[in-house]
Amino acid sequence: MKPAPFGYADPTSLDEALTLLADDGAKVLAGGQSLLPLLSMRLASPATLVDINQVPGLDSVVVTDDGVRVGALVRHVQLLHHAEAARVQPLLARATANVAHPAIRNRGTTVGSIAHADPSGEMTSVLALTGGSVTVATPAGSSAVDWADFFVGPLETSVHGPAVVTEAFFPALPPRSGTAFEEVSRRKGDYAVCGAGVTVTLDDDSRVVSARATYISVGLVPEVHDLTDALVGQPAATADWAAAGALARTLVDPDGDLHASADYRRLLVGVLTERTLARAAQEALVR
Amino acid sequence: MTEPTTVSTERAITVTVNGVPRETTVPVRRLLSDALRHDLQLTGTHVGCEHGVCGACTVLVDGTPVRSCLVLAVQVDGKAVTTVEGLARDDGRGGEVLHPVQEAFRECHALQCGFCTPGFLMTMAAGLEARDRSTDITEDEVDEIVGGNLCRCTGYANIKKACRHAAGLMKEAAE
Repeated sequence: MKPAPFGYADPTSLDEALTLLADDGAKVLAGGQSLLPLLSMRLASPATLVDINQVPGLDSVVVTDDGVRVGALVRHVQLLHHAEAARVQPLLARATANVAHPAIRNRGTTVGSIAHADPSGEMTSVLALTGGSVTVATPAGSSAVDWADFFVGPLETSVHGPAVVTEAFFPALPPRSGTAFEEVSRRKGDYAVCGAGVTVTLDDDSRVVSARATYISVGLVPEVHDLTDALVGQPAATADWAAAGALARTLVDPDGDLHASADYRRLLVGVLTERTLARAAQEALVR
Repeated sequence: MTEPTTVSTERAITVTVNGVPRETTVPVRRLLSDALRHDLQLTGTHVGCEHGVCGACTVLVDGTPVRSCLVLAVQVDGKAVTTVEGLARDDGRGGEVLHPVQEAFRECHALQCGFCTPGFLMTMAAGLEARDRSTDITEDEVDEIVGGNLCRCTGYANIKKACRHAAGLMKEAAE
């Protein structure tokens, strides 16, 4: 259980990092909390690791009324305790609280987990549910990539060649909206058997205008499901959240594995949808 | 003009371990856990799963708990690492004063084989030092602190008891 030999460089500028990444078999190292296990188990053996931890300007959380910009070196723990970010987009703190354990959150980066594109990762789905995007720097320049164009498959993104995902942008939660996030896992902090994140928006009469959900460990790539049809026009206080849960069960196509059958995951999708929507609606009433 | 960064396979690093600056040259693929044990002969840090699941190898880097098997030794160049060997304080008379979490583990019989203990001690020490000591610890806080570490002997009951006891000792000390 030791990584295969590799070369290591810790450039001090983004340009230098991109130059180093142009070599065959070069890979970005940020927090390393997903990459290092892959190296130790020799599921990955890059020729070179380009450690971006010394690159300046990637470690800030910038909060505006439009949303939250998270730099590539921001650790999960920073988002978890960022009150201003939580005010603009409450899902960020709620979801990061479910990312592994404190020791992992201290080191692992939010943007890194998005770039890793693990279907059991929380922040990939949060990026999707909020309608977010990432900024990808290449030798030709930087560009924003919408979440829907970014995730291609499990552990696969649309980004190829020398590139660094320099930030993720999570749009603000609209007014009269609320969110909730919940996971079921076999042990505290372990990968979710199933997780759900939802957003509910109400009108001025506190009736449901829209309800959307995303799930963890359910699909191959993050997806956003529109549950509005089951709820539209219903008062938040008495809405039929169970009907939305039932609708959600018909929209997902989970796989079974050693930890949970596909049917059990689908059941959890229904239960978590019902619970989280009800909580999100409570928040929407007071926002 | 700085020199362009070169790709290396071996590096000389300086790490302050338990307050003492240590210099060593490591292959860049050396995990921090292995550097501590093999290069610096600090075998108090235990290596269990080697992929971030068990928590046995937890150490503090600049005061923050991290899995030392998920960090490369070259990444802590210039930083301060605290291992279980550095947890007890010098009593000024050639002996040591146990950290409250060590005291609590002994008091509550929170270890059996002891393999997971260094990781629990480091995680718990950092977790308890970071919390507001004027309040009593809650069950949720205890679960959050110990939740990332595996123990195959104790069933956790006494480890959680030790966590509550240590929190109490640290609260008393703060009063």
